[in-house]
Amino acid sequence: MGSEEDRIAIEKEKVLMVGAGGIGCELLKTLVLTGFKHIHLIDMDTIEVSNLNRQFLFRKSHVGQSKAKVAREAVLKFRPGVDIVAHHGNVKNTEFDIDFFKQFSVVLNGLDNLEARRHVNRLCLAAGVPLVESGTTGYLGQVTVHIKGKTECYECQPKPAPKSYPVCTITSTPSKLIHCIVWAKELALAKLFGDKSQVSDLDVRTSVEGKSITSEVENDDVKFFELRSGESFRQFAARVFDRIFGYNIEIALQNEETWKARRQPDPLYLDKILPNQQEEEGSAAEENGNVVEIEQHPSVSAMATLGLKNPQKIWDVQENARVFLESIQLFFKRRSKDIGKLVFDKDDQLAVEFVTAAANLRAHSFGIPMQSLFEAKGMAGNIIHAIATTNACIAGLIVLEALKLLTNQTEQCRMTYCVEHPTRKMLLVPVEPAEPNSHCYVCSETPLVLEVNTVTATMRDVIEKVLKRKLGVDSPVIMQGSSLLYETGDDLEDDMAAHYASLLNKSLASYPTPITTGVVLTVEDYHQDFRCSLHVKHRETFDEETEPDGILVTGDIASVINAEQPTLQPKTPAADDEDLFNKEENGHGDDKKDDDDDLVMFTPETTAGTKRKLEEDENLLKEKLKNHHLLADFGRRSMSVVVFTSWPVHREKDRL
Amino acid sequence: MESVSELLTEQEAAIYDRQIRIWGADAQRKLSKARILVVGITGVVAETCKNIVLAGIGSLVLMDDSPMTFEASAANFLVPFDELEGQGNSIATVCASSLRDFNPMVQVSVEEGGISSKPDEFYDRFDAVIMGRSSLTLRTQVNEACRKRPHRVAFYSVDCRGTCGSLFVDLQRHSFTSKKAGDDKAAQQDISFPSLQEALNVPWSSFNKRTSKLLFALRIIDQFEVDVGRRPGQLSSQDLPDLISYRGKMCAIQKVPESFVPDNLLQKLASVGGTELPPVCAIIGGILGQELIKAMSCKGEPLKNFFFFDASDGKGIIECVVPSQMNDH
Repeated sequence: MGSEEDRIAIEKEKVLMVGAGGIGCELLKTLVLTGFKHIHLIDMDTIEVSNLNRQFLFRKSHVGQSKAKVAREAVLKFRPGVDIVAHHGNVKNTEFDIDFFKQFSVVLNGLDNLEARRHVNRLCLAAGVPLVESGTTGYLGQVTVHIKGKTECYECQPKPAPKSYPVCTITSTPSKLIHCIVWAKELALAKLFGDKSQVSDLDVRTSVEGKSITSEVENDDVKFFELRSGESFRQFAARVFDRIFGYNIEIALQNEETWKARRQPDPLYLDKILPNQQEEEGSAAEENGNVVEIEQHPSVSAMATLGLKNPQKIWDVQENARVFLESIQLFFKRRSKDIGKLVFDKDDQLAVEFVTAAANLRAHSFGIPMQSLFEAKGMAGNIIHAIATTNACIAGLIVLEALKLLTNQTEQCRMTYCVEHPTRKMLLVPVEPAEPNSHCYVCSETPLVLEVNTVTATMRDVIEKVLKRKLGVDSPVIMQGSSLLYETGDDLEDDMAAHYASLLNKSLASYPTPITTGVVLTVEDYHQDFRCSLHVKHRETFDEETEPDGILVTGDIASVINAEQPTLQPKTPAADDEDLFNKEENGHGDDKKDDDDDLVMFTPETTAGTKRKLEEDENLLKEKLKNHHLLADFGRRSMSVVVFTSWPVHREKDRL
Repeated sequence: MESVSELLTEQEAAIYDRQIRIWGADAQRKLSKARILVVGITGVVAETCKNIVLAGIGSLVLMDDSPMTFEASAANFLVPFDELEGQGNSIATVCASSLRDFNPMVQVSVEEGGISSKPDEFYDRFDAVIMGRSSLTLRTQVNEACRKRPHRVAFYSVDCRGTCGSLFVDLQRHSFTSKKAGDDKAAQQDISFPSLQEALNVPWSSFNKRTSKLLFALRIIDQFEVDVGRRPGQLSSQDLPDLISYRGKMCAIQKVPESFVPDNLLQKLASVGGTELPPVCAIIGGILGQELIKAMSCKGEPLKNFFFFDASDGKGIIECVVPSQMNDH
């Protein structure tokens, strides 16, 4: 490896890099130094200040510019003769089709989210191009090689679903700070400053046994959260405070069932928390009357106004209350243009301050320990911790694998794990790739079972929760036999589009040809060249905690064919996966498995290839590394909270 | 209430946010006080410098008077292409300029002259010294000099040849906090390291069979280069017969069979000479960078005391080479 012959061999190869971030910068540099001369680079992001600790091709002056373009320019400075094509765009765009992928001898991923990884995996399979995947989180990293027909594809091993919480945990019974943060982001912030026409998933009306069960948010009149005439911003903020931390809690306490086995939350009222506040009350006339448009300042901060300098310090209740009030006022005074359309952004200082304060106040109410802005921001923004050293190491390993692939040494390809604590004296652990999983629905076209309540679930539910979220399909085309039930595309005629739209909200069983047990739906995505078949199986009830979506996908075909057999429990990720969501990952704190269980993810039977050679106690090693592997895959862009739109009407306990 | 001076500056907090989430603000502060000396700039050393500058060390002094050549820049991305036109700048000067760009908060400077001519007090300016490719004689000399100083000067040596890379660490006595895998709380620990000479003196017959062969192969090459007066890395396949006879001599002295060091490993190292493979530089530079960060922040268990990597099998192996009388950690 690395000989002159090798160098000559790779010079003419065309390589595709997906991602110009942490791994991407290191990878581009190393590829070019190694002698690669034709590189395409795709990245949709622009440069941010927090990138600069490791994405060394970028400077402070580049903030806001395209990563792909700036990376290319930086590298040309030390190797001007290299042909680098920079694409500023999303790899999921249709321009990056199978023909685009076919021009490359190898694809190298430096992505930070599962969605894109799955998409690239499918395109590489379709185009027949080997894929080198990678990921890093802090000190951990791994590089994996995927050769169609020879090794597992990226999706042969199930990846953990994005973390999800049942609605009631968010709206009524939080037990961890993350629940409060989600509440603060999706409910409080959205209700005050977000797009009110967007029905939040969390605004749910449920009905059990004819009695109206209302979430505390549902109780609120939309008008309540609007500024009243004659009201100062400060008065509005105080009114909101008392409502969401005081009154709404009192209402929730009325439902005694909920609190039988749980600690009751304490209502918080402003006059108890900040008793001497009269002097801080602004006058309505000052603010609302002749509002002089103070220069809209995007980097306005409640912390700054209040003299709170240290983002790592945990504020006490009074400080949180002050930040809550101040941030609301500042939104009105200085960020009025954003009101009504605010979307949470982790780099929006004021939004982060509001979310931290609101989450902390709620946490305090429920007896949950509060956190600093620094920690809360990490949770709210799904921030992945990252350093240059791991990325550099992984990039080197990626290039080594690429060299093997391009110089006919595919037998030498390895999956390599970069670990923090040595495993059998090793910091870099190579493992032979496994053979393809014969039950992988992506590379082996295995049929799937869709367990769903066909009377209540709609096609929209199937598309959003199953096809897009679980199966990673981007633009599905759904058929039942020879009937086209659904498709997407810009060239769709209006009447066709209307027809599909009308079907979306119909329950499956009420389709012209009812979709019930035994029906097979074919799903295709032409862009990904992906197809699979879903065998439908009706199921009445789903467990609210473990199956919050109300829909399940499994590889358990036998249960459909013989409908009298009891439903086999869908496999949940292995117990070891508890490690997946440890403190280091996404800053979620320690998640207990009995509490917010993950969405049950499709788990193909993972049969080890029979010819796979095993090193001594490799199974043990692999189990340990598998969790490590999966940890690094889970990225920032994957939604950390998945909230569902339909509430299972028939709960096990409350069968009508 | 923390004093304002103890807080990271806003700029530091913004740029270092992602790494502070790994090791904390306290470790970041310690790092920002670290003074590092680098001697001999090869590709792997350039990688290491990039990593530690990005991480936010206090200061970096580069020593390498060699002139800029095409060969020197082959695996070194710190050299802008137009520098190769022979403007007469030393490697250190050119690299320093690029490194400053990566992080203006780090003081990067150049020291002229050879390290062997520096007085003992020279080392007092530093918390760590990284030796790039150098003769074994010089490495042991500098290591001894570091160990004589009143305050601890950490010592690292690193070299990459073809598909292989190696690293040596001497932190003398080191205290650190670390979280063991699976534990919640961080615990304070102490660890001590042998000097390079002490490690070299450990008889080969005391190593177990699974010890990385690279350890022995590189010793043979080191000794060969010293004895015949070769510039380190200046080897070719023509030296193979001599290397094999060296192997014979050294294995006899050490009372181990010659099969301890496979022919093909010696052959590979001879034919590659001093050429660095950029991906290997990136890997070793990453590992070394991380080791230095751990040592300077006193957070995380440092590797003790050798690290070897060979792209041929892809393993990155730690070998603990300590004299038997040392209290093994």
